[in-house]
Amino acid sequence: MKRALYVLWAVAFALGAWGVWERLTLGHRLAGYGSYVVWGLWVSAYIYLVGLSAGAFLLSSLVYVFGLQRLERIGKLALFTAIVTLLVALLSIWFDLGHMARFYRVFTSPNFSSMMAWMIWLYTAYFVLLLAEAYLAFRPDLVRWSRDAARTPIQRVVARWLTLGRTALDPATVAAEGRAVRILGTIGVPLAVAFHGGVGALFATVSAKLYWHQSIVPILFLTGALVSGGGLLTAVVAFAWAPRDDAWRQLTALLGRLLLVLVLVDVLLEWAEFSIPLWYGTSPEGHLLRQVLWGPYWWVFWIVHLGLGTAIPTILLVARGRDPIAVGTAGLLVAATFMSVRLNVVIPAQLEPALRGLERAFVGPRLVFQYAPTVHEWLVTLFVLTVGAALFWLGARILPLIDAKEVVR
Amino acid sequence: MRSTTADDPTPHARATAPRRQFLQTLGAGAATLLALDVLESLAAAPAAAAPPPAAPAVQATTPGPPPAGGPDPAPQDVLVRMRADLERALRKPATQRQWVMVIDLRKCVGCSACTIACVAENKLPPGVVYRPVVEEELGTYPHVTRRFLPRPCMQCDNPPCVPVCPVAATYKRPDGIVAIDYDRCIGCRYCLVACPYNARTFDAGERYTDGTPETSPVERLPAFEYGQRRTREHDASPVGNARKCHFCTHRLEAGLLPACVSTCIGRATFFGDASDPDSLVSELVAKPNVMRLKEELGTQPRVYYLL
Repeated sequence: MKRALYVLWAVAFALGAWGVWERLTLGHRLAGYGSYVVWGLWVSAYIYLVGLSAGAFLLSSLVYVFGLQRLERIGKLALFTAIVTLLVALLSIWFDLGHMARFYRVFTSPNFSSMMAWMIWLYTAYFVLLLAEAYLAFRPDLVRWSRDAARTPIQRVVARWLTLGRTALDPATVAAEGRAVRILGTIGVPLAVAFHGGVGALFATVSAKLYWHQSIVPILFLTGALVSGGGLLTAVVAFAWAPRDDAWRQLTALLGRLLLVLVLVDVLLEWAEFSIPLWYGTSPEGHLLRQVLWGPYWWVFWIVHLGLGTAIPTILLVARGRDPIAVGTAGLLVAATFMSVRLNVVIPAQLEPALRGLERAFVGPRLVFQYAPTVHEWLVTLFVLTVGAALFWLGARILPLIDAKEVVR
Repeated sequence: MRSTTADDPTPHARATAPRRQFLQTLGAGAATLLALDVLESLAAAPAAAAPPPAAPAVQATTPGPPPAGGPDPAPQDVLVRMRADLERALRKPATQRQWVMVIDLRKCVGCSACTIACVAENKLPPGVVYRPVVEEELGTYPHVTRRFLPRPCMQCDNPPCVPVCPVAATYKRPDGIVAIDYDRCIGCRYCLVACPYNARTFDAGERYTDGTPETSPVERLPAFEYGQRRTREHDASPVGNARKCHFCTHRLEAGLLPACVSTCIGRATFFGDASDPDSLVSELVAKPNVMRLKEELGTQPRVYYLL
């Protein structure tokens, strides 16, 4: 089983690397987006992955803010998840840039009227905070690992490096660091809300696209982040938590209940998103929503999102809420299928010509109001996902993601 | 993998279509440009020697009653008037010019000479177009009519594309033109989605001769947008950038009208300095039958349409 997974990963990575090679040598020539549908799979993957990051982080931080002590044990795991998903999200959007080498300019010459500039600065702040918080949260265990003869040499060396030379383990220092983690976590909540709300606002502020230009869009981004990030965290805890004891069962049951609430709240907001403009059938963005529901990609909404990503997880969480594997499966389904929601945000808005007849005015392969990702785009996204999987795999092996005391118990 | 519509040509035809279109474009564009530039300079020659054209001469070619006292002996081409307007504007400090474009939809015949001239002038690659002519069929058979709507960049006074740029690579010039700094643009394409006129396009790096044994020499020639000499190389700007109509700033600076104006066979496109009360465009934008596209968005376009 494990061997098969390794082989699968290696094949996926090789294919993805081929896609990246194409991207680096041929630029955007093989991509399916163009001058009218300008953002495609990579932008969708980016908002999907940053959503996972913000969601995983918010869920873990809400623990600190609202004192849900039972969830504190997954704090480090959630931080690590948030860091990995943010890193691969940035990788995805980097490939989408017309000039990859110029990305630093968002820092050297920012334009703060741009919601995109705000988003970039907010996620930079969020990333720095994640790193600081992770350092403080991991350090005591890293010090212990670096001295633990039972650890592999690599684990000890990496642990020693990551302590950055601070090896104090006296209760006062550890307690002070614990307080610092709590403070950072508390700061992180509004930061993550602002950052991911900013991603939503990046779309919602564009008045040229009525499909995006809705006040509910940034809110939907936040609930979407919580649902998908929560699903991912639930799946990680259910499947990757080493000691399969009572604590694990209680933890997954609790995460499952949280996830159920989040899924239902998201369904409610989605009902608002669709029903309000569609009710009388006359709103300007109505036909784009109908396109999502009944267009050629109807199955993305009905089967992938509502079926696999909402109905089945809800049934699993209601009927088998105490079974960690069922809860984990529900979480995995929610997290994995959420990409369909992101695609249905990014693509449909761009399918409408700004002026009637523009689609026939000057024809060319990139001057069309249709889009489907090309094989090349899928390969690059595959690369991004395999990098994420590799980082998770590495982290699980060389980092104390779960408290040392948990493992002992 | 790209989705296609029923009216899409076959894959083979699709592969060759851009090339054919390019060759047609190039031939027609070059010919029209050449012919009209010659015409324009011929027409401009007497204008330069003679005193500035008087108002009655203009009336002969602009809507309005014919001058009293019989037919006009020598109706003057509006290009001559606009050329004189342009020269006058260029003598002013750059910050005092306010370029506007006026398009008379009653005169546009939908020949697309402007689109083609623009492609030839700016060496536009596949997927990039600055001034398409949108065709719309109105009415129900047999009572149908067609309307042609050339759509350059609106050079909005409140441009939605400018504040969205994360690196301030696109900006509004004092003369009203919305410009792009190709060397600063990172290619995020936020400005493309923000434009309510779809007036910005993305240069994905393709050539019309891709997939053929040889690159056309024409495609290796430099373009002179924003007064800069740029040859489209592998992934050097403008490849990977947002691109848009800039009212042919490089031609304006050389005292020439934008390519689309010079080449308009119906004389339906007018260009000039709106801050000059004597200019032709100032007269035209004061007419009651003038409108702007999507006025309700508050973008304040600098392109006016006469209905």
